[in-house]
Amino acid sequence: MFRPIDGVAPRRVITLCVDGREIQALQGDTLAMALLGAGVTPFRRTAVSGAPRAAFCLMGVCFDCLVDVDGRRNVQSCMVEALAGMNVSLPQGAGRMEGVA
Amino acid sequence: MTHDLIVIGGGPAGISAALCAASMGLRAVVLDEQPKAGGQIYRNVGAADPRVVALLGRDYAHGRPLVERLARSGVEVHHGALVWDVAADLTVTALQNGRSIQLRAPQLIAATGALERPSPLPGWTLPGVLNAGAAQIAMKSGGAIPSGAVVLAGGGPLLLLVACQLLEAGANVAGVVETSPAINRVKALRHLPSALLAPAYLAKGLRMMRRLRAAGVPWYTRASELAVEGEDRARALRFNVGGRPLRLQADTVLLHHGVVPHTQLSRLLRVEHDWDETQLAWHPRVDAWGQTSLEGFRIAGDGASIAGALAAEASATIAALGAAHALRKLSDDERDHRARPQRRALAKHARIRPFLDALYRPPSWINTPSDDTIVCRCEEVSAGRIREMARLGCEGPNQTKFLSRCGMGPCQGRQCGIVVTQLLAQELQRTPAEIGAYRVRAPLKPVPLASIANLTIQASQEPAP
Repeated sequence: MFRPIDGVAPRRVITLCVDGREIQALQGDTLAMALLGAGVTPFRRTAVSGAPRAAFCLMGVCFDCLVDVDGRRNVQSCMVEALAGMNVSLPQGAGRMEGVA
Repeated sequence: MTHDLIVIGGGPAGISAALCAASMGLRAVVLDEQPKAGGQIYRNVGAADPRVVALLGRDYAHGRPLVERLARSGVEVHHGALVWDVAADLTVTALQNGRSIQLRAPQLIAATGALERPSPLPGWTLPGVLNAGAAQIAMKSGGAIPSGAVVLAGGGPLLLLVACQLLEAGANVAGVVETSPAINRVKALRHLPSALLAPAYLAKGLRMMRRLRAAGVPWYTRASELAVEGEDRARALRFNVGGRPLRLQADTVLLHHGVVPHTQLSRLLRVEHDWDETQLAWHPRVDAWGQTSLEGFRIAGDGASIAGALAAEASATIAALGAAHALRKLSDDERDHRARPQRRALAKHARIRPFLDALYRPPSWINTPSDDTIVCRCEEVSAGRIREMARLGCEGPNQTKFLSRCGMGPCQGRQCGIVVTQLLAQELQRTPAEIGAYRVRAPLKPVPLASIANLTIQASQEPAP
């Protein structure tokens, strides 16, 4: 969905894991930009209706870019830096408590 | 007390307030949620690629010396510090690196800036629909642009600016769809004489319009009935111009209807707010020194009312002078003397505002969306549901929140609040001021429970006074 501007100095490429799939991102990007750059869409499906959502404000006020990162739930992906080896999972509808009968 | 002054926010207002305070010997601290100083307007300006700085232009580069001065000043700055509570005694609690910390000072300046006015229209929740400001943030912080066809829709100087910057960056700008109604031009004319006293702003506007025309970007004005088409992502923008239905294919739709003060913190502190019928937004009530109705709590920059980045530097310096005076570091005369050039700057930047406010007043339909349009993005509450609750007897946003969860999601009403107030005002035939706004509570953003538990342990380990 997003691509680097032509003529901008190249940055080191890092690899992240999104729902078991490897994606490439540029070092220094926020996680939201990394997902947008890799064409990940949607970022999540909503808890209420399962509707698709992705980054909307990129400044930390809309909470539409929420993803799970290394086991932490509902992280604002526009507010954290993408790091090599990050394990991202995309929320699919309402959360479930695992292991609860 | 840990400091003399706590500044929340690291944009032009926060930086200016901190620099002024430091110059008067105040122990100031800046808490900034962003990883680097500059706020959204000067985001990443200290580290951005030269190509990005060049294409964003002089107004962006203006932030670089500001950020550098803060870095050199020795002021204590915490980046990545999320302020999630401020108590009535001005104790500030912030989350940083997974830990909550508490700071306290007799003076607090909120420089939390603005956010984009919501543009609730059918399809605005689809992936591929972003705020126009978001596209600018992508350029500033990521050196990136949307990869397919981009359509920009709405009204305001930022809409045209982002369109021009995207063109400059090589994006495929497939259309600009302006929604400002025809009457706006007539009403704006009245303010043209004052605007002519701010020729730099006017010249900039004309340059942007020439640039878009020269590039041959399809440009529509007075559009209404906007809707984004698509199932799993945006595919096109539908709209209507003079009764004619139109459709532009788009991979990315960028929405913008101006910016409004970010009042989450001032609402948390329950200070007085006024509904501003010109800017169609809540303004925390402040005096000539940024002082709110809560002693020691000041607001500077666009967080008080929208006046732009340059005015924010001036109003924040004035607020810092007010704080220093309250702390008895400045006499009345010294304070007034130092404020004089700042007040002149404020007046200068204010000259363009009535013209812009009139020209880009959002169309009334943007605040009264159709029944099936989602207003609360978090809890997916439609405009029709809000109206229904008004008919059922809800008199304010806190009742509709209680009954429908509207505004109860993670954004805590930042996106829907202003629309819900206006919808209820229209439905109940009252003024927005009579309807009021959401009651905001801590935490201002969701924080891990462990960070709160941690804080309690630290507090209990402090030696008794």
